[in-house]
Amino acid sequence: MNATERPDNSAPLGNETKVAAFEIKHTQFLDQLGSALNSLPEFAKDPDELIRLYRAMVLTRLFDNKAIALQRTGKMGTYASSNGQEGVAVGMGSAMQPCDVFAPVYREYGTQFMRGVAMHEILLYWGGDERGMNYAQQRQDFPISVPIASQIPHAVGAAFAMKLRKEPRVSVGVLGDGASSKGDFYESLNIAGAWQLPVVIVIVNNQWAISLSRQQQSLAATLAQKGIAAGVPCEQVDGNDVIAMRYIMERALERARNGGGPTLIEALTYRMSDHTTADDASRYRPPAEVEEQRQFDPIMRLKNHLTHHFEWNDAKEQALQAECSAEIEAAVKRYLDTPPMPAESMFDHLYETLPAIYKEQRDEVMRLGSTAGGKDHG
Amino acid sequence: MAEITMVEAINLALARSLADDPDVVVFGEDVGANGGVFRATVGLQKKFGSDRVLDAPLAETAIAGMAVGMATQGIKPVIEIQFMGFIYSAVDQIVNHASRMRNRTRGRLSCPMVLRTPHGGGIHAPEHHSESTESMFAHMPGLRVVIPSSPQRAYGLLLAAIRDPDPVIFLEPSRLYRLMKEEVNDDGEALPLDVCFQLRDGSDVTLVTWGAMVHETMQAAEQLASEGISAEVIDVATLKPLDMETILSSVAKTGRCVIVHEAARTCGIGAEIAAQLAERGLLSLFAPVQRVTGYDTIMPLFRLEKQYIPTPERIIAAVRKTLEAS
Repeated sequence: MNATERPDNSAPLGNETKVAAFEIKHTQFLDQLGSALNSLPEFAKDPDELIRLYRAMVLTRLFDNKAIALQRTGKMGTYASSNGQEGVAVGMGSAMQPCDVFAPVYREYGTQFMRGVAMHEILLYWGGDERGMNYAQQRQDFPISVPIASQIPHAVGAAFAMKLRKEPRVSVGVLGDGASSKGDFYESLNIAGAWQLPVVIVIVNNQWAISLSRQQQSLAATLAQKGIAAGVPCEQVDGNDVIAMRYIMERALERARNGGGPTLIEALTYRMSDHTTADDASRYRPPAEVEEQRQFDPIMRLKNHLTHHFEWNDAKEQALQAECSAEIEAAVKRYLDTPPMPAESMFDHLYETLPAIYKEQRDEVMRLGSTAGGKDHG
Repeated sequence: MAEITMVEAINLALARSLADDPDVVVFGEDVGANGGVFRATVGLQKKFGSDRVLDAPLAETAIAGMAVGMATQGIKPVIEIQFMGFIYSAVDQIVNHASRMRNRTRGRLSCPMVLRTPHGGGIHAPEHHSESTESMFAHMPGLRVVIPSSPQRAYGLLLAAIRDPDPVIFLEPSRLYRLMKEEVNDDGEALPLDVCFQLRDGSDVTLVTWGAMVHETMQAAEQLASEGISAEVIDVATLKPLDMETILSSVAKTGRCVIVHEAARTCGIGAEIAAQLAERGLLSLFAPVQRVTGYDTIMPLFRLEKQYIPTPERIIAAVRKTLEAS
């Protein structure tokens, strides 16, 4: 049944008029083979810019592979892979300005790297060290957020601060398809609309909320349409087409920056990996579905486009991969060479100034030293 | 200097903070044109504008979560949760984010925010409007929990809470909002956080309490004085972090302690105080520590709320027990 039809298809009894109608647009520039479906935006005509996007996606993918290897060999804790979602992350990152604020979930490494978060910081975080959220080069962005959808109110709150101070900045909040079932998301999306705040909210629809498929999560035809009830402009984009992702993001950011209020974007992608390294997706997801999705890979798509139009070749690819790998290896070394914080550091940032009554507990931790409870990895 | 009620003192502290600091923002449900359901924010929107005093849609999770987002950008949000019974949807944001943003980012981001909410019963309110669940928040690392017991302390402690660089849960005993008037000098002077206030000097027994129960406790102390029993009364005021030094030194002097709170007994803050007295003050005690508290029941609807809330009689009975034991 179509949601707009009356359940029994009966004729209306009262004076029935249409008071509102909605549609959701979907945007894509490149098909899965990398051919342009229509004319490309200006930035996509510049090969250097496309190679920059391509490099950011490749770096993120190689980082991801390395992080999983570190976890598998006991050198890091549980890790959430972003494999397959690099187009969304890099599209967002390339569209944002440094002064903007980013509130990620935990699969937006591509965006974070473009915004100055260091690879070794992400490794430290998943390696069990809070310093991995103290981004040395990125002081404003929110850290990774584990409680689902809870970061969306933060993005909206940051947008409030920008509007209050009349700053030409925009806040970007990201959530997954699963998180779009949560009240945090609906509540703050609604307020963002009511208060016309400069925020772009991106639902990264990777089709799976751990083991719950997109179809099981909601009867809605799109997740983008969840913005309609809030009166927030909303649209869908092929998130595996980095050109489309960046284009749609740029448009939404520009509108927000110019006082036009919030936008909700649903970026379609696919989680190629397990939910995390602690998950086994084969328990609930048919392997054939994953294989089917390989043809839509965002990196392959842009690579094909570069090969056909901008003389990308194996030699350039190898050089790029070598360069990225060296960068990643340096980050891994820095992570592995970082000694744990002293045990009493757990008191260091509890409050701006530690209340005197906690000094005794801190002293106990210091007295017992870093070896209390046995040695951990790292 | 005018004598004002506690709710007027709160309004005064909010107005003072809004005037002094352009980063202070007040928002919550019905706090704007309506001035809050208890009128704590009356007149603020008119005076400071609707971009700084805002009516939020009915969404406690988003109100708390947005405050976190604002605070990380250097805004000092003062949010109102209309009644403590409606705070639960905000708890995720308070516990998972506000309390730990500083720690998890190693000081890069922080949450200088205040969550105000009415606390406790005794005003014949509907269901879910009379809760006193302060120990839930006092249990959470990284938070401050503050509760005033008079107009002067409400003014000074709220100023301090708003100026504090960390998140503060500020509980306002609703039956004190208009119970009494006191002279409050609107001089912008904050009272110290993290310390108890000794309200009455005594030598036979220490009565430890906070919030609205300060009043029943002071009545009990008066009654005891007329019988020649000298009770010291301590208003804890900041429930977290807990100033045990003041309580311990008082008990070292009196040798007896009765803890009074409206909240349910099990895992109430009285249990924490009693535990610390056992750990650190046992040898100065002449008698077992007594607790006079709300019962381990659901807060009853208002026909029975007087039977739930500790009375001066129950407090006096507990004091007698400590005197009989030694």
